[in-house]
Amino acid sequence: MEMSGEYKINASREKVWEALNDPEILKQSIPGCEEIDQKSPTEMSAKVTAKVGPVKAKFSGEVELTDLDPPNGYRISGEGKGGAAGFAKGGANVTLEEDGAGTLLKYEVDAQVGGKLAQLGARLIDGTAKKMAGQFFENFAAAVESGEESAAPAVDGPAAAETAPAPAAPATGTDTSATAQIGMWTWIGGAAVAAVVLYALFA
Amino acid sequence: MSATGIGASIKRVEDLRFLTGNGHYTDDINQLDQSHAWILRSPHAHAKLNSVDTSKAAAAPGVIAIFTGADMAADGVGGIPCGWQIHNKDGSPMAEPGHPALAVDKVRHVGDQVAIVIAETRDQARDAAELIAVDYAVLPAAIDMDTALSGASLVHDDAPNNRCFDWEIGDRDATEAAFAKADHVVSIDLANNRLIPNAMEPRAAISEFDRSTGRYTLHTTTQNPHVIRLLMGAFVLQIPEHKLRIVAPDVGGGFGSKIFHYAEEAILTWAAAKVHRPIKWTAERSESFMTDAHGRDHETHADLALDKDGKFLGLRVATKANVGAYLSTFGSSVPTYLYATLLAGVYATPAIYAEVQTVFTNTVPVDAYRGAGRPECTYLLERLVTKAARDLGMDPVELRQKNMIQPDQYPYQTPVALEYDCGDSPATFASALKASDYAGFEARRGAAEKNGKLRGIGISTYVEACGIAPSAVAGALGARAGLYESAQVRVHPTGSVTVYTGTHSHGQGHETTFAQLVSESFGIPADLVEVSHGDTDQVQFGMGTYGSRSLAVGGPAILKACNKVIDKAKKIAAHILEADVSDIEFADGKFTVVGTDKEMAFAEVSLAAYVPHNYPIEEIEPGLDENAFYDPLNFSFPGGAHICEVEVDPDTGHVEVIDFTAVDDVGRVVNPMIVEGQVHGGLAQGVGQAVLEGCVYDADGQLLTGSYMDYTMPRADDLPNFSVSTQGVMGASNPLEVKGVGEVGAIGSPPAVINAIIDALSPLGVTDISMPATPNKVWQAIQASSVRQAAE
Repeated sequence: MEMSGEYKINASREKVWEALNDPEILKQSIPGCEEIDQKSPTEMSAKVTAKVGPVKAKFSGEVELTDLDPPNGYRISGEGKGGAAGFAKGGANVTLEEDGAGTLLKYEVDAQVGGKLAQLGARLIDGTAKKMAGQFFENFAAAVESGEESAAPAVDGPAAAETAPAPAAPATGTDTSATAQIGMWTWIGGAAVAAVVLYALFA
Repeated sequence: MSATGIGASIKRVEDLRFLTGNGHYTDDINQLDQSHAWILRSPHAHAKLNSVDTSKAAAAPGVIAIFTGADMAADGVGGIPCGWQIHNKDGSPMAEPGHPALAVDKVRHVGDQVAIVIAETRDQARDAAELIAVDYAVLPAAIDMDTALSGASLVHDDAPNNRCFDWEIGDRDATEAAFAKADHVVSIDLANNRLIPNAMEPRAAISEFDRSTGRYTLHTTTQNPHVIRLLMGAFVLQIPEHKLRIVAPDVGGGFGSKIFHYAEEAILTWAAAKVHRPIKWTAERSESFMTDAHGRDHETHADLALDKDGKFLGLRVATKANVGAYLSTFGSSVPTYLYATLLAGVYATPAIYAEVQTVFTNTVPVDAYRGAGRPECTYLLERLVTKAARDLGMDPVELRQKNMIQPDQYPYQTPVALEYDCGDSPATFASALKASDYAGFEARRGAAEKNGKLRGIGISTYVEACGIAPSAVAGALGARAGLYESAQVRVHPTGSVTVYTGTHSHGQGHETTFAQLVSESFGIPADLVEVSHGDTDQVQFGMGTYGSRSLAVGGPAILKACNKVIDKAKKIAAHILEADVSDIEFADGKFTVVGTDKEMAFAEVSLAAYVPHNYPIEEIEPGLDENAFYDPLNFSFPGGAHICEVEVDPDTGHVEVIDFTAVDDVGRVVNPMIVEGQVHGGLAQGVGQAVLEGCVYDADGQLLTGSYMDYTMPRADDLPNFSVSTQGVMGASNPLEVKGVGEVGAIGSPPAVINAIIDALSPLGVTDISMPATPNKVWQAIQASSVRQAAE
């Protein structure tokens, strides 16, 4: 599977970069994610229960960050094992570009699935990945919203208020022209990328 | 003839149990104290096995034992053997890498066996298998044949460039000379799509080991129990025949995929002696998709040389055939002797040369599937001949007729080893043209056009070689076993009969057809005859059922045994009737003394044989029970003509098979209804290959068509009402003059369908469609067509 996309995020690259490295936010946001453990600054392990078509399984795997170039981007890659369901492996190249006051986040995901997952679910991967990403935005928006309430008001708060109710699900997938204006939840974009990647890795 | 003898369309006796849910299949069998197995399979197409850690799984609930390849290797278990050795052009033998039952150092295809978990229940075994930690070091996969032949990644270290062999047949120089003087050369490149067999019943087995006798019993879904006993006993597990019983009970379809000795059979049998419990295993449908041997998978370039009048001068063929990750039992013979020896087809082409490269890939092994080599050959020839007609502006009917072997040319020696004993292709072709109203096609095309449909007609005229096989010929070609067949005809005291045959029925209706042979021979009703097959403890020996051999090879063995019975019974009758044996005649179930009214019924003689009160005990032994072996003199050569009409919806690309006419020469017909049914089934599979079925692996070796969501089998609404008839030419090289009918439908039909689709699309300038001709593919071809683009 290959998927690419980009997001316009109204926050600095530094903030987005930080979000890309916050396991707790990721854990709360990724559908079916049970654990994310940061083992080192560039290594995480995770457990995700995912369902692709008729195949439902718990995936566990290792994630590694390479080609680190803060705050410009990195490559996130890894492999998840789903027991009898098979495996998933792959990665994503993520780049962050300054775009006015915000950040343009671009990603290119490549992933392979194997075993029963490929046998029964290969044709469903793309659609499921998009759906999962949509769920991720919803979860993530909520998580960040509660986080932001206790934090200092963001500079671009009003803009965020206009768009916050709409989860940015359409921004995922192969439609590279899709962009998301999600205001103060700038780092959601970054986490969303990670979600897509993790999804691709673990599903 | 007896009312239930040869030629009678009596109903299949086996259908009562099959159609009422009373069949007795392997999975129906449950043994006392049985355990259940789950096979852990590789999710990777190609990987080094760094370690297999079973410790956590071994402690899981219900687990009895777990074994890996290392355990089997430590026990000295041999690899799964290949039954046919092929030689390279230079005379050296084929590459024959090891095929461990459980993977040892590497896994070589998705689904390759890594470990067996034996537990109290199937679910426990399965759950425990999830706890086995396998450390795979994934290696690059060799999936498509060209990539594999580059040798970038080796499936087996001892098969350089992943080549199994590079083989040739025919006269290269004579063929080149024919091309040098040709007026026209027509070329074609095509692929024969890889198929997944999909027998209705998945593979299954139950193994047992009796500690007190040291005897093993394996119930398994096989088409040839004695072959499994021979291969597994002698080559894999070193169990002598008297300690190994193989039983193939009712088997729900095979189509070739259940010929082969599969690793699971050896693993279960070996493990039964370890755990001292019966072990049961039944494949899930997903496992069937990824571990049953697949079929076909050829890529071919061919050139046909013609003179200015359209006479064929020479044929040159270069084929690459995928054998998968390991050599399956007959994997080497299918793309060679079952394929290229038929390249003359029905034509008197004087010079033929073919070369076949076989390639190891990280895919499941490829082996015989209904037709096995002959569908690949027929598809090539009939596409090529049709293309020649189109390219040269000739009528495809006339071009075929002009080049066909004529009836007075038989026996006909082809340039590719085979000698056709008898046949009449022009006759079956003429009948098919008439039955299909070929002459009236243009009117039907016009009518379809008014309905917005593109109608096309396609022809396939074919011959195949089956009745496998004359042992001497097969042996000379590299077969590692003779392929004769055995029979035992046991007449019981009151005149009923049990026939033991070494062939195996898994849907073909042998229990009916073979009973008809005995009915004919003894003049008794067929319902007094029981046919027993499938149990090596009951049947003395046999080579099983494949290559449409059961009636052509097994039938004459039964006939020979019947004749031995009659010869002995005549002696008994002569004694009782106080006549000379030379004066005893046997007809219509009665022994009579010539020229008198003295007679004895068949059952009276059989009773005398077992209750010998008045019996020539000094001269002949009591009993009426005879064995016979029959080895055919030649292959048999069914043939015929298939004509297909399709309509294509140009808006959707959907192909509807509107009419299908088959006129087949299968020699003598024992049961016309069964023959018709066999042709129907074969045609369904042929149409399936042509328009629906296609196995797809991705570049990493993952099976993408691994379920019925992605692999389309033909259904009733994909098929027309077939017009099927037989037109037998007698003279086949066996006493019954039968030729075999199990595979003709699947052999002849695919090119007829594809030729029809191309004919339908030809007004748009489309000249090629590959199998399966899915709506997507046809629609794309229409979109890309030159005529359409010119119009837009």
